[in-house]
This record gives sequence, C-alpha cells and structure tokens, in this order.
Amino acid sequence: MEKIKIGIPRALYYYYYGKLYQIFFEKLGFEVVVSPKTNKQILDRGSFLAESEMCLPMKILLGHIDFLKDKCDYIVVPRIDNFGLDEQTCTNFLALYDIVHNLFSIPILHYNIDEMHHEGELEGFIHMGKHFYIDMITSMQAYEEAKEEMEVENKKRHRLMRDLLLKDQRKILIVSHPYNLEDSLIGKDILKYLQKQNILAIKSYDIDPNLVYRGHTKISPGLYWHFSKKELDSLVYAYPNIDGIVFLSSFPCALDSLVYELTMRKIHKPYLHLIIDDINATAGIETRLESFLDILVQY
Amino acid sequence: MVPVYYLLSHILKEEIIMPPMITQKTLELGVKHSPEFVCMPFKFTLGTFIECLEKGANILVQAGGGCRYGYYAELQEEILKELGYDFTYINLVSKGKMDIKEIREQLKKIDITFSTKKSIYYVFISSKMIKYMDKIDFYIRENIGFEEKKGSFLSLKGEMLKAFTKAKSFFHLFYLYQKYKYKFRKLPKKKKNKKYKVGIIGELYTLMEPFANYHIEYELAKYGIAILRYTNVHYLLFEKKNKIKKYLKKTKDYISYKMGADAADNVARCKYLCMKKYDGIIHMKSSFCTPEIGAMPILNKICKEYDVPIIYFSFDAATSEVGIKTRIEAFYDMIEMRKNK
Repeated sequence: MEKIKIGIPRALYYYYYGKLYQIFFEKLGFEVVVSPKTNKQILDRGSFLAESEMCLPMKILLGHIDFLKDKCDYIVVPRIDNFGLDEQTCTNFLALYDIVHNLFSIPILHYNIDEMHHEGELEGFIHMGKHFYIDMITSMQAYEEAKEEMEVENKKRHRLMRDLLLKDQRKILIVSHPYNLEDSLIGKDILKYLQKQNILAIKSYDIDPNLVYRGHTKISPGLYWHFSKKELDSLVYAYPNIDGIVFLSSFPCALDSLVYELTMRKIHKPYLHLIIDDINATAGIETRLESFLDILVQY
Repeated sequence: MVPVYYLLSHILKEEIIMPPMITQKTLELGVKHSPEFVCMPFKFTLGTFIECLEKGANILVQAGGGCRYGYYAELQEEILKELGYDFTYINLVSKGKMDIKEIREQLKKIDITFSTKKSIYYVFISSKMIKYMDKIDFYIRENIGFEEKKGSFLSLKGEMLKAFTKAKSFFHLFYLYQKYKYKFRKLPKKKKNKKYKVGIIGELYTLMEPFANYHIEYELAKYGIAILRYTNVHYLLFEKKNKIKKYLKKTKDYISYKMGADAADNVARCKYLCMKKYDGIIHMKSSFCTPEIGAMPILNKICKEYDVPIIYFSFDAATSEVGIKTRIEAFYDMIEMRKNK
C-alpha cells in the first residue's frame, strides 16, 4: 500500500512547528513533503492568489500551498488563537485555516490551539491522529517523542547562542519573527552580508526566552501578543552585550508596526528598522546595512 | 461621542472638552507623528489628542479592545510625551481587554469623590442614549440622500445631540427621543425611487472617516439606491457577545472559527445579504485592517457562489472624495447592466 503524503508549507508556522510535524508524522508512518525554499516563482503565485493588502509572509504561505497542492494528499494548516490569558497571536494566525480552506479545494489537516478554552497542542495532535483512525495513545506517544527531540535541539541552539553573546567581537541583535529572517527571500541576504563583514548576528528567537522572567514589562507592560513578548524578552536579556539592534519586519505587519515603534523609542543603542515588501524585496538593503555598520564603528 | 461626554461630565467633577470634528488638519497631524503602516483609526485618534491638548486638556482617556486597537494607548502615550506635552494618560484597557475593576480604580485616581452607585445609574442612561442615537442614525442614513434642503438633516442632528447632553433622567431622554424622531419624520423629503438595493458591511471605525460621514449615502441616493447598513455602536458594545455563536452556525460552510474583530460577523452578514437577493454589496474598511483583509477572500467566494457583485473601499490618508465618486458610478453602471440583461 502506498504511503499517505502529508505536505508542510515552508512558511509562517513552519519555523515554529515544522520539525515537530515532520518527526510526528514520520513516526506514525506517513510520508512528509516539505515545500522548497521560497523563490520568486512561489512569491508571484502567492501574490496572485492573495489580496493586495495581505502581509508578505501570508502571500508566501499561499504560494507554498499552491506549490504543494497536487504533490500531496493532505496539507497541515493550524489555527492558533492564544497560548493562555494575555498570550494572543496575530489575527492572521486566527483566520489562517478559514482563509486557506476557502481559497483551495484540497483536504486540510487542521487543529486549533486555544489554551484559554483548554485546547492545547497535545489535544490538537491527537485530533490530527484521529483523522486517520490512529488511537489516542499511539499519537500521544509519537507527539511526546517528537517534542523531546525538539527540546534537545532547542537546548543546543540556546546554549550556542549564550556562548556567542560572551564572545569578544562586534555583535548585532536581529529582532524579527523567524518566518521573516529564516525565509530565503526576505532575511537570508541580511545574514549573509553580516557574515561577510565579520559581524556576529544574533537572532532574537535563538535566545531562551525563559532566562528573563517577564522581561518585556521593562519596555511595554501592557503587551499581550505571545510572539512579540518573546522577542522583547530576548532583547532585554541580550541588551548589555550587544553593539546594535536591527529590527526586521515585513510590509504591513500589524504587530510590528506598533511594538517595534514603541521599543525603538525606549532603547538607547543604535538601531536600524528594515521593512521589506514584495515589490523590491531586498534591493537597497545592503546600502542601508553598510551605513548602519559605519555608525556602529563610530559609536 | 456625545454619550461618553454625557457620562464623564456627570460622574466626574473635571471639565470635559468635546473633541473637535475630524478635519483634514487632524488627519495631517496624525499621519505626521504615527508609524507608517498602522491602521487609520490610530492616526485619527492621535490627531484628535494633539488638537485637544492644544485646546488645554490635561487628562486623556483611551479605550479599546478586539484587535490591535487594544495596544494603541501605550504607543500614543509615548509619542505624545516625546512631543513635549504635559498630561496624565488614563488607559481603560489592560492587556487588550476592558476590566471594570481596573476602570474604577483609574477613575478614582482622577477624582476622589467618584461614587460607584451614581456612575452605574449614568452608565445605564448613556447606554440607552447610544441605542436611541443609533436608531435615529439608521433613519438618517436611509433618508439623507432624499432631503429637499441640503444640510437640513445634519443641522437637526446637531440640535438633537445638544439636547441629549442635557437629559436628566430616563423619562426625559425618552421624551427627547420621541420628540426628535417626530421632527425627523416631518422634514421635507423628495419622493424615493428605489430601483436597487445595496448592503453596506465593513469595519465600524470607518464611520469616523470624514468621507464616510454620509458621503456614500448621498452618492448612492443620487442613483436611486436604497441602503441597508449594519455596524453601529450599540451592536459593538452590547449585542456582539450573544450573536457571534449564531453567526458562526449560519456560516458553517465557509468559516468554522472566529476571525478576530468583526470579520466573522461580516461574513455572516454578507451571506444574509446574498440570500436576500440584494443587487450589490459595498465593503468598507480602513487600509491595513488585518481582520477585514482576512475576511476578503471568503467574501469573494460567497459573492461568486450567489452571483452578487461586491466592491471594496479601503480608506487611506490620501483617499479623495472624487475617487470614491467615480468608483461608485462604475459600480452603479455595472448593477444596471446586469439588471437589463
């Protein structure tokens, strides 16, 4: 019997849960298809499908799903509401499943994270297993093993970043969502350029957010977005050890427009705010980074 | 605006300044000092705050909730402080939600003589006032296009609002409401020629836009189009919580979860309008309103299935009345062509 193919688009939530899905479904005996790195063709396809005012990562996601739609049997699209009280997410994550469900006619594997109403990640994965008549205990075991593997990897990453922070070299903290910085079209060029200039780039999501308990309250006490909170936590932790900060956001991002603006007004180190849209993706960014590095040398 | 003024002036001792009408100058002030791609309500409120501060206000109050509206207050306070104004900022929202206990404590900070019993009474009166105002607003929107003397509706509305601020009790308010309802009915109107009917859905805060201020009603009435308009303040404050489950049930085929702010409600309304065989749907929002953008693909799909035309208006700082005029004209032509087929 041929294995059922499950597609995971390499965009948005992939950078939070991608590995987890991959290990989970492989343990249950499915074949996992991950879409390739973002290229111009995928972005064009996504822009064609999306509304013109949607944000860039959303357009990229739709492009990836369009790429996957005839290469697999199911596509994983979660709906993430909140991670508890005062831990909400962007409204795009809230509407994600409904948007994809209405735009494409492929079967979608979905689950709902709404911890305020007791719907956690584990329940979501069991729900996904039930779709294939897999019993609760088997999928629970697979989830737990996958989670353990992820945790080991995360710890390794966090430890590496902690050592890097203590190195005697010029360091820049890049505050950004992983789906912006890790994407090959949006953020990869920046990392490459910084490496060429022999400057350590520290990614905000690589720092363990549990190191600073409620660090974000120093900058913004009323913040209620889960992912933004984590970024500010890491910013507060790394602040004494870095020389400059780069804020990277994609064009009409709802959260970044407010949170980064507030943060920029409260910090006293040189910073650069880069906004990337789908028209001229990364043109001109090198010049801006170059002049920012010149400022850093003189500071 | 009037109910809030009424409420605050009765429960607090301080003098309350009525914010001036939103003009082009307000918008320019707001755009100048706010971040680039934040939604329009942020720019409007910031602009009005600056104008109020220049008038001499020293306590500002901001409410909010739902989408990123809940986070406005923190950034606005920071921006205004950087501009060098001296004021106390009362933030009624904490972490994106309005908490009654917190509000009470905040209000006690301003005025020590604040009494809870008295304020509860006035909260009920002002909530009733909102309901009456919405009812009259509904009537105005239906008929303003057909008025005989231009501006007669607006001037009577201003008169009514002034009278409402002097209401003493429930009965007095009810009397005033009946009186002005009768006056509105008596205003001279042209004969209606209702050829087509169109529904207006969208985000509530576009109501604040100077362009949306009855401008669309005027334009549509020229072509003999009757309007059904949904969102009003009373719905947002009191009815939304009870109705959302009902809406989700009705639109089971399209959406299965809440989508933030008014998005799910709008999908349900769009389906209702399509089923009632309206001739067209107008969707209005301020630019970069994320929840509404998320609803747009779904609205498209519903309209395609029921074969009803839909047009989207996205209000921006640069939107002009002329641009909207031409688009409405084109929309009307399309409706007419479809009917004559």
